[in-house]
Amino acid sequence: MLKTLGAQIREFKRDSILTPVFMSLEVLMEMLIPYLMASIIDDGVGTGNLRHICKIGALMTAAACFSLFCGIMGAKFGARAATGFARNLRSTMYQNIQTFSFSNIDKFSTAGLITRLTTDVTNLQNAWQMILRMCVRAPATLILAMCMAFLINPRLALIYLAAVLSLGIVLAVITLRAHRYFMEAFPRYDDLNASVQENISAIRVVKAYVREDYEKKKFTAASKNIYRMFLKAESILAWNNPAMQVAVYSCILALSWSGAKMIVQNTLTTGELMSLLTYCMNIMMSLMMLSMVFVMITMSIASARRVCEVINETGDIKNPAQPEQRIADGSIRFDHVTFRYNKNAQTPVLDDICFSVQSGETIGIIGGTGSSKSSLVNLICRLYDVSDGAVYVGGTDVRRFDLDLLRSEVAVVLQNNVLFSGTIYDNLRWGKSDATNEECRHVCRLACADEFIERFPDGYNTYIEQGGTNVSGGQKQRLCIARALLKKPKILILDDSTSAVDTATDAKIRRALMEEIRETTKIIIAQRIASVQDADRILVLDNGKIDGFASHDELLKTNAIYRDVYESQTKGSGDFDEGGALS
Amino acid sequence: MTQAQKNAKTLRPPGGRGARGPMPKIKHPGKLLKRLLGYICRNYAVPCIAAVICIFISVIATVQGTWFIQKLIDSYIAPLLLQKQPDFTPLADAVLKVAAFYLTGAAAAYAQTRIMVNVTQGTLQRLRDDVFTHMEELPIRYFDTHPHGDIMSTYTNDIDALRMLISQSIPQFLMSGVTIISVFFSMLRLNIPLTALTLLMISVTVCSSKKAGSLSAKYFVAQQNDIAKLNGYIEEMINGQKVVKVFTHEAESMEQFNRLNNELFVSADNANKYGNFLGPINAQIGNISYVLCAAAGGILAINGFGGFTLGKLASFLTFNKSFGQPINQLSMQINNIVMALAASERIFALLDEAPEADDGYVTLVRTKEAPKTTHTDCPTDDSAAVLTETTERTGTWAWKHTHQADGSVDYIRLCGDVVFDDVDFGYTPEKTVLHHVDLHAAPGQKIAFVGSTGAGKTTITNLINRFYDIADGKIRYDGININKIRKNDLRRSLGIVLQDTNLFTATVMENIRYGKLDATDEEVIAAAKLANADYFIRQLPDGYRTMLSGNGANLSQGQRQLLAIARAAIADPPVLILDEATSSIDTRTEKIVQDGMDALMRGRTTFVIAHRLSTVKNSDCIVVLEQGHVIERGTHAQLIAQQGKYYQLYTGKTVANTR
Repeated sequence: MLKTLGAQIREFKRDSILTPVFMSLEVLMEMLIPYLMASIIDDGVGTGNLRHICKIGALMTAAACFSLFCGIMGAKFGARAATGFARNLRSTMYQNIQTFSFSNIDKFSTAGLITRLTTDVTNLQNAWQMILRMCVRAPATLILAMCMAFLINPRLALIYLAAVLSLGIVLAVITLRAHRYFMEAFPRYDDLNASVQENISAIRVVKAYVREDYEKKKFTAASKNIYRMFLKAESILAWNNPAMQVAVYSCILALSWSGAKMIVQNTLTTGELMSLLTYCMNIMMSLMMLSMVFVMITMSIASARRVCEVINETGDIKNPAQPEQRIADGSIRFDHVTFRYNKNAQTPVLDDICFSVQSGETIGIIGGTGSSKSSLVNLICRLYDVSDGAVYVGGTDVRRFDLDLLRSEVAVVLQNNVLFSGTIYDNLRWGKSDATNEECRHVCRLACADEFIERFPDGYNTYIEQGGTNVSGGQKQRLCIARALLKKPKILILDDSTSAVDTATDAKIRRALMEEIRETTKIIIAQRIASVQDADRILVLDNGKIDGFASHDELLKTNAIYRDVYESQTKGSGDFDEGGALS
Repeated sequence: MTQAQKNAKTLRPPGGRGARGPMPKIKHPGKLLKRLLGYICRNYAVPCIAAVICIFISVIATVQGTWFIQKLIDSYIAPLLLQKQPDFTPLADAVLKVAAFYLTGAAAAYAQTRIMVNVTQGTLQRLRDDVFTHMEELPIRYFDTHPHGDIMSTYTNDIDALRMLISQSIPQFLMSGVTIISVFFSMLRLNIPLTALTLLMISVTVCSSKKAGSLSAKYFVAQQNDIAKLNGYIEEMINGQKVVKVFTHEAESMEQFNRLNNELFVSADNANKYGNFLGPINAQIGNISYVLCAAAGGILAINGFGGFTLGKLASFLTFNKSFGQPINQLSMQINNIVMALAASERIFALLDEAPEADDGYVTLVRTKEAPKTTHTDCPTDDSAAVLTETTERTGTWAWKHTHQADGSVDYIRLCGDVVFDDVDFGYTPEKTVLHHVDLHAAPGQKIAFVGSTGAGKTTITNLINRFYDIADGKIRYDGININKIRKNDLRRSLGIVLQDTNLFTATVMENIRYGKLDATDEEVIAAAKLANADYFIRQLPDGYRTMLSGNGANLSQGQRQLLAIARAAIADPPVLILDEATSSIDTRTEKIVQDGMDALMRGRTTFVIAHRLSTVKNSDCIVVLEQGHVIERGTHAQLIAQQGKYYQLYTGKTVANTR
């Protein structure tokens, strides 16, 4: 993990080295000051030497100024190192995500990837800055102050050593115990918030069933539980401050007592006693800081782990070494294809699928949810790789094609499709970046999107909001089809892409595709029989197996599943609103 | 990690509200602070006072300790040096005395922190409970008009900001204040010119940190903007990552990302840099102040100017060191307090929202029929006379109508007869969305609403259970104006299955039982069987004990709907509101869901927002809506004969289907 993260420092290595150097110098200068102070007291005030006081005073001022300079440099380099590190992390992760296959994305989930790119990186940025600055400053202060104390008087310095050790142990015990309780409490706290979230989105259900009091009771119980957990954790932490005070005070008292004796015996000067008292504060404060830093860094470990997972994940679909640069035609052949999303899964999602399609054919696919319709078509343009067998396009195994070529020749309109923020033109040109306005309008006509686009005040320059929230589901689907058409693909796959489009328009789109892009192989996945019954052949999938593959009429005669679906749909089903006549 | 936890995690805004971000504007900070303190003190007045006393004790103990250094040097060590036979007993006494002081101080410090832990956690718990309890009472309108993310952030960010305020900011603010005052007077007592010098250096520190602070704040605003831009981009592109792949758009996506990422780097670097400057500036200018005082004090001590001794110098220098820190603390804590006040403003705004009003006085009670009656069917007002209230679980319910004029009580049998009489409604007073709606659903009838999106179908169903109140006209339930019925009782008599099913993080069993909390396991299973859900539930890894989370993320949409149907079935209400699913589930599952719905509808008055031809055809009355007006009504045959909008809808559909 450290190696992975360390590699991301890259051009900020210099900053990452200079920061601790300057931080240590700052501390070193700071620690010199009390030492010099002893000299002012003893050699200056003690002997009445005004010049000495001025000389040492100037020296101390110089030390403080240099310390200020070092501190500012440390601040500057530290900020650069940490924010730069965060930038590199983000960019490496993002770049790696671009190489992810669908199954890589599924593994992390979209929400998971977003959290890793945002919150987790911020946590690491803060942690890295803390490590470079505070993690250097605290131990450096501790060690240097300790050295100074030993330099002044080894016997009295032993008091510090004892105090530091005992305070260190106490703080460690407190921190570790509290940390454990916090780690127990945080997930519960997240659960509580999750249930609030659930309540807010389900407020209609809560109110419809008059379950307000029930929910309140549930919440109060959970909240009480959290109260207890946090109370426990925080009351342990409450010992921190008094422990530290007791340590400091004991040191001062022990120092005063033994120091006074030593001064009388002439083995210590007053000035030295004073500087020792100053170091006392420094030492204990740095210890306190150390325990804080420790907690904050352990909290970022989870983030570090999550970030590393993304960086170290390798996309499992790669370009072949010597890719095929031409696709002969739009024919497709599945040769004993078996597919599992997870290598260890018992039952395959697709089981020994064999069929072939000629270039230019229109194929419908029908089957219940979970019958793996989408999985089947996703294999064609290598969004997933087969587990066994092979898929051929234009007579060549898809794994031998250049990926970019394959995906530009095989256009998929995904089931859960998205538009991006930008104008309609911008969105369409995802299909072909140099498409002319005329080309864009042409594909929109094919996809029956022109009618509503032209009704928009800004027409094709209408700005689509993030997630396409300002167009309806049906409009979105039509735009997505148009976008795919712009690729002029050899194979076009519509994965339930007209489900929100009314039946009349749906039929119109299919007619347009049939007439305008005759040579393109078309695969249409649909729920409605009406959407597929005109296809040359229809593939009936059931539980990952082919149940039938023939024309509409033939399937009606021979295929029980198909007949079943057909009958249920013609005898009162489908979508009543949004009907063609109304819209 | 469960899905729910992930959701909760992502709710927290990335980056969070930084302590050094721009200052929020608050209208009445004084009032707000007073209200907040009042809220805390309502339960914790005594502990709060005790904590304040403890703060005083611990500060005084520390100050006394510093004074001891002066005494140690001037009154004990100096005389001892002159004695031939040094007598350490006075010193021992003094050390013991100071030890007692210190111990009290440490004890006070512990007591203060420990008390504040109780106050903080107790107040937070109360606050959470209050906010949640109040939220549950708010009308649906509130949830429709406030983004859920904003409401959620009250629980996460705002309450967390208050935790900081109560446990740290306020105590530290007080402690800093007390420390500054006592240290200042101690310094004055020791030496006035040196105090002036210290003050001078403090003002230098304050000025330079202000400069750095304002620079930092400027870049922090830029940083927040850049974070928002980058995060927005990340969210959009990662959500569309599969589309990016399909269109091989990786390079373009990367290019834009790098640009935004670099912009963020520049602003974040600057913001952090100037923010970091504060540390060394405060510490090192403090050191310079210390050095100057040491030198100047040394000179004063040589001359014995104004009785200035070595011991006084030692004490003064310690005070000097402990003066700068609380001043920095003070400015930092003020910043935090303002942040927290902004948070409390949002919390109080939620608490001040008016809860759902309910003037209803007609209640739903269990009844027993007097043995002689032979009535079994509805609706007959005269049957009221023979109904008597009971606590037994008879299965018969009645509306208990206490007449306000004379206090007499009527019992009206619960049947499910719903009448809309010239109803107008608008979500806002300015815009009426339903116009003159008249309807009559006799018990057991099925009423189907048909029309395009936005015609007002859902709105009508929202009025029956009084999620919204009508503007004009009347809705009667079993002859009673629904405004007179207590909302909870009204809703209890209505079942509802929404298109967007909402399930809870709990077992399947508990999710179904949500419809009737005291249902036995057998009743739950019976309801699941009725809803056609039993079969798939048994296929789940733990059957009825399977945990659901993230709104049933591990189920398909059809399965979620089946559970929602089962949940409504177990409640066994006389009136049902159904929102049929659109065609997004596949046909075979849809058939199972429809069969479940049909079973549920049997024998109940049903209002259904229909998407399915068979549902519409079988309805007793079809209501065709357009832009808030009922444009046609009647049975399927009547409407077809009418050759109006319904005919168009129906035939348009048929043409598309059979072509």
